[in-house]
Amino acid sequence: MSTYLSKRLIYMFLILFAASLLIFCLYALTPGDFISGNIKLTPERKAELRDIYGLNKPLLERYGIWMSNAFRGDFGFSLAQQKPVLQLFNEYIWNSFLLAVVSTFLTWVIAVIVGVISAYKQYSWFDTLVMVAIFAAMSIPSFFIGLFLIKILAVDLKWLPPGGMLTTGSNATGIAYLKEVIHHMTLPVVVMTLLGVGSLTRYFRSNMIDVIKQDYIRTARAKGLTERKVLFTHALRNALLPAITLVGFELPALFGGSLIIEKIFNWPGIGQLYMQSFGLRDYPLLMGFTMFIAILTVLGTLISDILYHVADPRVRLQ
Amino acid sequence: MITTPTKLVNAKRTKDSPVKSSLFRQSIRKLSKNKLAVSGFVVVILMFVACFIGPLFSPYTDNKINMAMMNKAPHLKHWLGTDALGRDVLTRVLLAGRISLTVGLASMMLSVFIGSLLGALAGYYRGIVDQIIMRIADLLLTIPSLPLLFIFGALLSEWKIPTDYRMYIVMLMLSFVGWPGLARMVRGQMLSLREREFMQAAVVLGLRDRRKLFNHLLPNIVPLLIVIATLNIGGAILSESVLSFFGLGVMPPTPTWGNMIDAANNMIDFQERPWLWIPPGFSIFATVIAINIFGDGLRDVLDPKQKR
Repeated sequence: MSTYLSKRLIYMFLILFAASLLIFCLYALTPGDFISGNIKLTPERKAELRDIYGLNKPLLERYGIWMSNAFRGDFGFSLAQQKPVLQLFNEYIWNSFLLAVVSTFLTWVIAVIVGVISAYKQYSWFDTLVMVAIFAAMSIPSFFIGLFLIKILAVDLKWLPPGGMLTTGSNATGIAYLKEVIHHMTLPVVVMTLLGVGSLTRYFRSNMIDVIKQDYIRTARAKGLTERKVLFTHALRNALLPAITLVGFELPALFGGSLIIEKIFNWPGIGQLYMQSFGLRDYPLLMGFTMFIAILTVLGTLISDILYHVADPRVRLQ
Repeated sequence: MITTPTKLVNAKRTKDSPVKSSLFRQSIRKLSKNKLAVSGFVVVILMFVACFIGPLFSPYTDNKINMAMMNKAPHLKHWLGTDALGRDVLTRVLLAGRISLTVGLASMMLSVFIGSLLGALAGYYRGIVDQIIMRIADLLLTIPSLPLLFIFGALLSEWKIPTDYRMYIVMLMLSFVGWPGLARMVRGQMLSLREREFMQAAVVLGLRDRRKLFNHLLPNIVPLLIVIATLNIGGAILSESVLSFFGLGVMPPTPTWGNMIDAANNMIDFQERPWLWIPPGFSIFATVIAINIFGDGLRDVLDPKQKR
């Protein structure tokens, strides 16, 4: 286990190193930067600013500076917002996390319940309906469903606010603040749940179908256990177990925000921050964000592999 | 010489069984029993026919700017209304469908081609080839694909790529982020296939590498590839629409479903003129859901082991 872990960590490190190089080159080679986009500046001032931000140094040197700072936990300074990138992340990430955690929770609850029922009643009309719904959920263009629901529920019916986290100019505190946030997050959470629930329901359904066919389920029934007990204690546990490997893959989604949903709903999360900075070419922030997601992805894969081994010790880690 | 035994087997088969039977025919027969999959297939075909042939019957294909007919709600002459330049929205949705479907189809084919070729090489040769190919794939899988696509999109805009060419570059971009996952899967299949008895036989026969790869190994994963390819078209159409919606994919005046929904970024169009952006959205939805349902039916038939 420890040799496996150390090997894995070294590989992770190398991959992230290569990723950082690629990310840096991609952003650095993109023509135009934050300063050239600002038409108010004179050429002299531009040169001066480039000098201050170190943008006129050779590419390799800039990469070296970026990387060595990143190792010390410093991802640079956002040019547009004039704040350290990590501080900005800290300000925005928890809003993203809030959306992600609620929608992930709902997704899993719905997926488990619907998956179990439709597996138990395989080929019934309910199951067919669920299958069609699963395909529908998997085929929705995320930005379109967001716009569509805003149009219907917020613009036409005025049930829910069209976007943002708080009503503009609101300074509610305590319970009123909480209520306002919940009111605003309903729509994005519904959309995110809808987008995730399809594939997960399908996963639980097929897991459950496999488990129900096992001998120990027949034994449990033969013992005279109630169907409820067979289904929920004997079958469901075994169907749920492989799903813990998915936890790792959720990691980037939990903390990385959602570029599209946050943009559409104007949610002040990290994805929205990225989209804003993208237009401004605020490279330190863009690189920091992309690198951050890459780290989460690699970590998530590692966690999944380890959990896979925990769930099924027959799977050897090598 | 080598073809004789196969000829004999085929000849015998046709003699014994009244109905010609092959994997292809069997699959079609099984597939045609799956009503859901058949309806998915029908919808996909209808969509293609509508987009590629439909505009020929439309009187509005000239894209002429018609000041008298600006922003009209749907009515008898314009079933889905008209846009800010007086163009017929229905015709534009169909023309956009041509582009969206073509981009989806072409980028799928390209990523399946690259992915299966590289995956097969990695899985077959192992060693250093495998290391190089799979490490590149790992790297690309580590970097989130949406920011990657956004950067490429921004590059295209910076380099002032003519809008006519952007469509082709968007295809390349989508297959660039699409191939690593495919390569990984094909490699896994290859690793297990190359240890089978029939491959030992191929080695004993002293076949060349190319022959072993393309005549003996790859045909075994074709059913799997067909399934993945079908499902990938839907994914590619979705990605293209996201990119075009954010103005980083195919740009107007070339219409795609994604950049037509861009109308929703305009407050008035969004609130007052839903006919501009809802039809392309539903076209994406209908196409992708039909492709996914059909692809799933295909999977049941062609790759029953991998049902997930």
